[in-house]
Amino acid sequence: MPNQSQTPETTQTLTADESLQQEIAKLIVVAVNLDTLPAEIEPDAPLFNDGLGLDSIDILEISLVLSKQYGIQLRSDSSDNVNIFRSLRNLAQHVADHRTK
Amino acid sequence: MTAETRFPLIAQQPLEAVLAYRNGRAITVKCFLTDAYKVAATLSAKQYILNTCQDRYHFAVGFAATLITGGISLMPSSLTAETLNTLQVLAPGYINLGDEEIDKTSASKQNTCDPTTLKIPTIKGEQVVAWVFTSGSTGTPVPHSKAWGSLVKNVRIEAQRLGLSDGRRHTIIGTVPSQHMYGFESTILVALQSGSAFATGRPFYPADIRNAIAAVPQPRLLVTTPYHLHSLLSSGIDVAEIDLVVSATAPLSKKLGEETETRLHTRLLEIYGCTETGQLATRHPTQTAEWQLFDGVQLTMDNGQITASGGHLDQPVTISDRLEITHNGRFLLHGRAADMVNIAGKRSSFSYLNHQLAAVPGVEDGTFFMPKEEREGKITRLIAFVVAPTLNAPTLTQALRNRIDPVFLPRPIIFIDALPRNKTGKLPHTALTALAKTYVPQS
Repeated sequence: MPNQSQTPETTQTLTADESLQQEIAKLIVVAVNLDTLPAEIEPDAPLFNDGLGLDSIDILEISLVLSKQYGIQLRSDSSDNVNIFRSLRNLAQHVADHRTK
Repeated sequence: MTAETRFPLIAQQPLEAVLAYRNGRAITVKCFLTDAYKVAATLSAKQYILNTCQDRYHFAVGFAATLITGGISLMPSSLTAETLNTLQVLAPGYINLGDEEIDKTSASKQNTCDPTTLKIPTIKGEQVVAWVFTSGSTGTPVPHSKAWGSLVKNVRIEAQRLGLSDGRRHTIIGTVPSQHMYGFESTILVALQSGSAFATGRPFYPADIRNAIAAVPQPRLLVTTPYHLHSLLSSGIDVAEIDLVVSATAPLSKKLGEETETRLHTRLLEIYGCTETGQLATRHPTQTAEWQLFDGVQLTMDNGQITASGGHLDQPVTISDRLEITHNGRFLLHGRAADMVNIAGKRSSFSYLNHQLAAVPGVEDGTFFMPKEEREGKITRLIAFVVAPTLNAPTLTQALRNRIDPVFLPRPIIFIDALPRNKTGKLPHTALTALAKTYVPQS
């Protein structure tokens, strides 16, 4: 469902995907105390190591926040675990597919 | 004990006993020995071996194989390029032994364990079997020699303290790596010496921990750190019965201890120790703040300096932590050594980290700083104040990535014109705290 969102510079119509991405970006920034602004996180940039520079502690922290917010329980033996954290877009897609809240 | 005293690799276990649970399969002592001897056959005598196995069973096999061939297992705290350079110097010609190599020779996978009765190897007490590294104050990792006898004596006492010698076969599940002193002693060595089994995984997410616990028989022991414990409890996940939770590497609040015991219907014991000394003491934090020293270990105070000696220790070791000796064999821990930094169970020192920072080309001056801890369970990251006009955060971070464990990477890096050094060149803690408040308001 399209969403209306206004920034000072432009008027943007966000898709549900983009809206969820931004929501998650905000959760990440707060959860791991990042210096970056949520809007600065590019949807396809790597989250782990390069790019955003997250490490395994951050992943654990984020997974807790995601489970509280969306009811998702991450597991290391799930086959697409590497892909899930490959980018914000992937993460948001995973949340969209598996959220229970 | 004479110099010739030997200790077996495995004690209190018949050959048919289960030593490890791996991906739903039980691996017997016999199979473990078969694997160990097979891997040993591929090694030359007395080599330096860097055991990088992530699988706990593989690590144990690799360690045993190294032991059998008279080699030394290298256990650095991280595998940065810098560390590997140091290993080349200190342990020339070392070889890598990883999951792939061990997996290839594994008999237990193919169910071809040696049908004949294998002898459990015995090793001389004074044989050095491992070098475990700490971050030295001069910026180079420092190896600490571990003799077999000392390790065995240490974990046998640990086994008593943790109730592993009560006649029941326990299974140990650990969230900590095998390569660090705590995991090495408390998930592998203690199992080998006390008739217990261990689970081979290293569960990460709360759901992983729940699954790992449920996959092995009772009674069960969870060997973990305050951080993982907090994460497990925060998730609200239901966990099957655990006999005992063991925590170490960082202080655990009474509150977290009580929550653990109540919600998991279990007992929680803490272990105090370090790479230099191995494990020194235990306490039951919900009952008392006092630590109880391991049998035979003594603390002596001389001119404000505390030394630990006796018991499993081969020689006296200086303790830099702030301990208050209360009475016979007990003490209070007031704080870790000022130079020490511990993040999510990984230990380093400020002098080591600062050396690494200063060595980065383009860095004119710099220091790491630990802001006040925000709240329990939330990992506080180091920040860094840096004078480096030609660098920016991404380039400096990348340079540091080659030198220090990622968990210590500063976040944020604050570039400034000059550090607030005083007349003697020192950086007063108050000045750094004030600086932190200005640049990082939430610290």
